[in-house]
Amino acid sequence: MQPSLLSAVIFATLVAGTPLIITALGELVTEKSGVLNLGAEGIMSIGAVAAFAVTVHTGSPLLGVLAGMGAGMAMGLIFAVASLTFMANQVASGLALSIFGVGLAAFIGKPYESQALPSREAINVPLLHKIPVLGHAFFEHQALVYFSWALLAAVAWFLYRSRTGLVLRAVGEAPVAAHSVGYNVVRIRYMAVLFGGAMAGVGGAFLSVFYTPLWVEGMVAGRGWISLALVVFATWRPMRVMIGAYLFGGAMITQMFVQGSGIHLNIPAQFLSALPYAATVIVLVLISRNKNTIRLNSPASLGQPFSPEA
Amino acid sequence: MISPKSVLTLIGGAVASTVLLAGNPTQVGFVYVSPVGDAGWTYQHDLGRKEMEKALGGQVTTKFVENVPEGADAERVIRNLITGGANIVFTTSFGYMNPTEKVSRAFPDKFFFHATGYKTGKNMGVYNARFYEGRYLCGVIAGKMTKSNVAGYVAAFPIPEVLQGINAFTQGMRSVNPKAEVRVIWVNAWFDPGKEREAALTLISQGADMITHHTDSTAVVQAAEEKHKANKNIYAFSYHSDMSKYGPTAQLTGTTHLWGDFYTKVVKEVMAGTWKGTNLWGGFKEGMIKLAPLNPAIPADVKALVEKEQKEIAGGKRHPFAGPVVAQDGKEKVAKGKNMTDAELGSMDYYVQGVASTLPKK
Repeated sequence: MQPSLLSAVIFATLVAGTPLIITALGELVTEKSGVLNLGAEGIMSIGAVAAFAVTVHTGSPLLGVLAGMGAGMAMGLIFAVASLTFMANQVASGLALSIFGVGLAAFIGKPYESQALPSREAINVPLLHKIPVLGHAFFEHQALVYFSWALLAAVAWFLYRSRTGLVLRAVGEAPVAAHSVGYNVVRIRYMAVLFGGAMAGVGGAFLSVFYTPLWVEGMVAGRGWISLALVVFATWRPMRVMIGAYLFGGAMITQMFVQGSGIHLNIPAQFLSALPYAATVIVLVLISRNKNTIRLNSPASLGQPFSPEA
Repeated sequence: MISPKSVLTLIGGAVASTVLLAGNPTQVGFVYVSPVGDAGWTYQHDLGRKEMEKALGGQVTTKFVENVPEGADAERVIRNLITGGANIVFTTSFGYMNPTEKVSRAFPDKFFFHATGYKTGKNMGVYNARFYEGRYLCGVIAGKMTKSNVAGYVAAFPIPEVLQGINAFTQGMRSVNPKAEVRVIWVNAWFDPGKEREAALTLISQGADMITHHTDSTAVVQAAEEKHKANKNIYAFSYHSDMSKYGPTAQLTGTTHLWGDFYTKVVKEVMAGTWKGTNLWGGFKEGMIKLAPLNPAIPADVKALVEKEQKEIAGGKRHPFAGPVVAQDGKEKVAKGKNMTDAELGSMDYYVQGVASTLPKK
């Protein structure tokens, strides 16, 4: 492979993986607190449309991303009220939120369908972006790509190195025990759900403001669901979420490069399109196949409602 | 905070965004497969609906239902349109064929028109456009303007209609530039802006400088516009709609669909009682396709050539698949001196010579 081509493949892989990483890390924190929010697809859609609308009106992508974050939190709040305060079934509430979010985003987005945003200039990391091949691949990205790396570090540190993270994991493992030593389980879960919503909103904002700077109904195109699956296949470990997201993005980009190279290959394109899904699942299952680590990392109370009065 | 009632109104508005008008005139219903949006397949049909409504003034009212899944749900929607008072229904996606036929037999005094299918009946017509004629001309422009002799094509699914486009584009490109080749990336989706964009960028980074697509979003033209800023040789051709808003400098032209005249004509015929069945596959001649405005970057001689060839196609003097048409594997599909028949076009399942990719197997 030519160096320039390798650089292009890595570059595109990192971009394709970014919305998945941001959304999945948010969902991971939510699930670590014991709450299963299946609404990612809907939250991303709302985040995408809110970010797009605000960017169109203000011309500021930063405000756009913040709006996406806020809209995502609002969606998270709806879910939290339903599933934590009123203790509705989490799976059902999450699915409802997904369907609702996609539809509401389409409705809000109608007047914005005809508008296009300018594509954003990348932010080059000083010095580093001049490294041959790897410089372009890793250090000439949009801000949110760097943000996804910082987010990974922050989430990993928070969950495994901070006291609050420990409490959050305790709430996800044994809410009754956490409650009995005086932690407010419902409030901690609220925070976790809001964080997950905010990150899914940012993931959506990346799509509509940076990745393909336009808004069209259905543009999230299943990335919310892929993020949810990544969390499970990565057995709730932040680093593996990132590996999974890049594997998925990388397999998708590589198969496109193979198709576009004009090389004659006797592989059906449908197989190549299915490859990212298959590769991601297989690799993540292989690296996470140890039963003990799965038990250790999967939150024991995932999906179970908790009532402090019970 | 949004009140529960307004949320319900919102959902209602989003789910059933139908246009309802009261009165005595003939009611015409449309079933769309995707949201109308701002560009694309359904958007063009909706432009046609509006044109027809305007042309026939107060004689008709129209009503449309968008985002209707192909399959059983479509039958319910078509029935609803009829029981809601429609006399004529246009169903605008291939997958509506069987439901349309079924409902047409249940309501023999109503009229049904299905786009892109092949079933007809006493009260059911079928219509489609020869998109490949426009593709051929885009290919001619691409062949003249390419510097790298490589064109990139982002495609959805390997069905005859898409293959006709790829092959016609290739035929056109090679007619003026025998060294040119066309590379295809299948994204296996009609609509996924992210994937479409990545496919376009992939083709560009592998040397393609003429980019086009047979998918539904504007992402490919937008991606080409972005790359055009750094490399002035990169251009794009849009499909379905004029997408110059998304690629003001990069879009050279594009194949656009025009359904308005057809809708006006056929609705008039039905209202006058003169309709005798429709099985129309129209191209430049019938005015069902048109090239989007040509980019000033196209040199005058190329522009003149395209205008001349368009006249020849419309006049029947030139066929994008005039023999000899040779498939990628070297087999001759159409002999010299002959034109490809409509039946052969409708069952196309191969690449012509000049396409550098491998066709996905069935």
